[in-house]
Amino acid sequence: MYHILHKEQLAEKVFLMKIQAPLIAQERRAGQFVIIQPDTDFGERIPLTIADADVTAGTITLIFQAVGKTTTDLSAMQTGDPVANVLGPLGNPTHIANFGHVVCVAGGIGAAPMFPIAQALKQAGNSLTLIIGARSRELVILEERMRSIADNLIICTDDGSYGRKALVTEPLEELCSGADKPDKVFAIGPPVMMKFCAATTKPYQVPTMVSLNTIMVDGTGMCGGCRVTVNGETRFTCVDGPEFDGHQVDFENMLARLGSYRPQEQDALHKCRISV
Amino acid sequence: KQRLAIPQQEMPAQDPGQRRTNMSEVALGYFEEQALVEAERCLQCKNAPCVAGCPVAIDIPGFIQKITERDYAAAHQIINRTSLLPAVCGRVCPQENQCQAPCTVGKSLKDTFQSVSIGRLERFVADWHAHHRHKNSVDAATKRTEPPAATGKKVGIIGSGPASITAAADLRRAGHEVTMFEAFHKPGGVMMYGIPEFRLPKEIVETEIDDLRRMGVEIRTNFLVGRTRKLTDLLELDGFDALFIGSGAGLPRFMHIEGENLVGVFAANEFLTRSNLMKAYDTSRADTPIRQARKVAVLGGGNVAMDAARTAVRLGAEEVHVIYRRTRTEMPARAEEVDHAEEEGVRFHFLHNPTRIIGDDTSHVCGIELLRHELGEPDDSGRRRPIPVPGSEHLMEVDTVIVSIGNSSNPLLVSSTPGLKTNRWGNIEVDEQCRTSLPKVYAGGDIVLGAATVILAMGQGREAAAAIHADLQ
Ligand SMILES: Cc1cc2nc3c(=O)[nH]c(=O)nc-3n(C[C@H](O)[C@H](O)[C@H](O)COP(=O)(O)OP(=O)(O)OC[C@H]3O[C@@H](n4cnc5c(N)ncnc54)[C@H](O)[C@@H]3O)c2cc1C
Ligand SMILES: Cc1cc2nc3c(=O)[nH]c(=O)nc-3n(C[C@H](O)[C@H](O)[C@H](O)COP(=O)(O)OP(=O)(O)OC[C@H]3O[C@@H](n4cnc5c(N)ncnc54)[C@H](O)[C@@H]3O)c2cc1C
Ligand code: SF4
Ligand code: SF4
Ligand code: FES
Ligand SMILES: [Mg+2]
Repeated sequence: MYHILHKEQLAEKVFLMKIQAPLIAQERRAGQFVIIQPDTDFGERIPLTIADADVTAGTITLIFQAVGKTTTDLSAMQTGDPVANVLGPLGNPTHIANFGHVVCVAGGIGAAPMFPIAQALKQAGNSLTLIIGARSRELVILEERMRSIADNLIICTDDGSYGRKALVTEPLEELCSGADKPDKVFAIGPPVMMKFCAATTKPYQVPTMVSLNTIMVDGTGMCGGCRVTVNGETRFTCVDGPEFDGHQVDFENMLARLGSYRPQEQDALHKCRISV
Repeated sequence: KQRLAIPQQEMPAQDPGQRRTNMSEVALGYFEEQALVEAERCLQCKNAPCVAGCPVAIDIPGFIQKITERDYAAAHQIINRTSLLPAVCGRVCPQENQCQAPCTVGKSLKDTFQSVSIGRLERFVADWHAHHRHKNSVDAATKRTEPPAATGKKVGIIGSGPASITAAADLRRAGHEVTMFEAFHKPGGVMMYGIPEFRLPKEIVETEIDDLRRMGVEIRTNFLVGRTRKLTDLLELDGFDALFIGSGAGLPRFMHIEGENLVGVFAANEFLTRSNLMKAYDTSRADTPIRQARKVAVLGGGNVAMDAARTAVRLGAEEVHVIYRRTRTEMPARAEEVDHAEEEGVRFHFLHNPTRIIGDDTSHVCGIELLRHELGEPDDSGRRRPIPVPGSEHLMEVDTVIVSIGNSSNPLLVSSTPGLKTNRWGNIEVDEQCRTSLPKVYAGGDIVLGAATVILAMGQGREAAAAIHADLQ
């Protein structure tokens, strides 16, 4: 069993949990994720990025948004409750090096997976520009922690309630065309955001990594459900990714595949709302 | 001669119309009277050709003789000497290619399918044992719970399929401390996530796993060796004296044709895992969704394809089409499963091969293009090679495609373990005793054989356990 040792709400429908998982805490590196399943018999397996870990305490930190049945169930669990299954760390760690000037773009809940990557990049000596995008002020998460590692922090909101009223691609474009052109870009967030970030950097030929959030079941390369088309080839996000060259990802196909179970998911969420 | 006149006993089975709508087991098992009659059909051949056909050489005439004496406990003991999983093998072994192929009765009647029903008898004995084990004083399982004096050696088992279960049981019985590591949340391997409930009830697999626990095998689920911990760390840091790799062949093959990543195209592994392991067929309770397919094309002709097709039927598909490149005689699936699939309304399209999958403007599958084939000259394997008929392309309207052309070995463990030698298909190379190129590391089952069978995996688990035990002395 993997007990929840700490739970807090960061924003509307956004939760942070520390879960006891000493082995995973020890092995994990920036960019990796776990698959968790709240209940063994009928629960669903869902991937969540390891946002942080404490080796001494033997805990991993997960930050997630309640968007459907499983994440909503999870958000209802309390400190002390056991999560039935946690498997990890999965996926390849982010390739960290001193690239020079790195821009990290985090959209919405993407700030959670971005934090450990940005932190590692900073430690590797990069000059770090962080762009955080959210719908509105209330949904900006991890601002203080991001500020503590960024050389330059840019916040954008869709409604202008905080920071710039802009999409993240606006400052990204300015940076690419400016004097301090980035040597590398990392973008994590909703697939549409990653798609447009990749499209923005492409004309400037700035290498851009995106972290894909495809549908997964096992996370070990067995089911093939997480496959994406990269540079015309089929790759498995769970074992070949989750990060890929954003300029080569077929986002249209990925977006379509993310919708594979939408009718069933809406049904499940509806039922779950009725029962709460 | 008299015995040859006894008719083969039919396996009682759920009515096809009814079983299309449930996940319960299709073949119901012999009644005692039937088992007694079927056992009488065995000629007790001196040379027992059937034994040579069984990969683990079960004393077939021996256990059948005990059935005729109604001493089912003794029959079970005989089987248990060589096979640990008779309830499983009696159900899923391709008997017509193994023990029943050389059977004298089948040969005399000039029909393999008229051989003594060895598998069904084996299942009868195993099921009898399962029902009577608590009362049974000579219960093999009870004996299993009392391992000999501890040797003080620690052995790690990677994976929990039939190869691993067998290796773990044998090593524990020999007195070693045994820990099993399984990536999934439930142990059992393909028997748990791949083979459906209607062919192999999960309760049977769970009983085997419970037996292992009772024997003192520690089972650690949610543990992916190579990621949660490196294989070399298990040896160097965690003090394991030997490791057995039974990680199976869990990498789905695709056809590499156009449209394979459209919405509605699945690897059989995904479709079956959602249904079996995640219980997605139980829509009122399970949180894991599964495709509500209407018209399905299943690509392939093996057990995996049959399981996918029959699962689709049970999930309510109106039409399920199996597309296979060769003819019925070449299908690698067990004959019984093909017959059952047909009875359940699955339609077969032999000598057809898909050329591309077609999507609508929302990237959802709406059809598949097939090319007809004809049989040409025999190839190296002696089978007549299917040759495409130019211009014979035609469309089949489907909303779901399940790619079931088999599995290769998953590269994760090998790629994270330097020095572990594999062949060109990615299978781990071993010597006769299942030793790999790394000291203290052994391997067996599908990761060595390529996608094979439960009984072969079991046999290798046994082989490896013997070698480990010997090497640890
Ligand atoms: C590598 C990776 C890391 C992720 N990290 C995070 C994270 O740190 N924080 C976070 O909030 N979210 C993260 N996600 C997304 C998260 O897994 C989904 O939000 C979650 O699965 C939704 O489940 P649900 O039942 O609550 O919602 P549902 O209503 O069932 O699904 C909502 C949407 O999420 C996607 N989804 C559904 N099932 C799965 C599944 N089994 N696996 C993946 N996606 C699915 C689909 O696009 C679906 O339409 C990550 C995804 C991946 C692949
Ligand atoms: C759908 C289907 C139907 C089949 N039908 C039949 C049939 O009718 N008759 C028959 O004889 N055979 C059948 N087979 C084949 C048979 O199931 C396999 O040959 C057999 O299960 C192989 O056993 P194994 O012990 O090698 O590994 P598997 O049963 O494949 O088990 C391997 C286990 O190891 C785990 N694992 C993998 N890597 C790691 C790791 N790094 N760390 C921890 N755990 C890991 C996996 O999660 C899995 O649970 C079928 C196979 C499939 C897929
Ligand atoms: S284990 Fe399989 S091959 Fe051997 S006797 Fe039993 S059914 Fe036949
Ligand atoms: S070959 Fe057939 S008849 Fe002869 S011993 Fe074996 S099962 Fe009996
Ligand atoms: S999640 Fe199953 S192969 Fe990636
Ligand atoms: Mg869900």
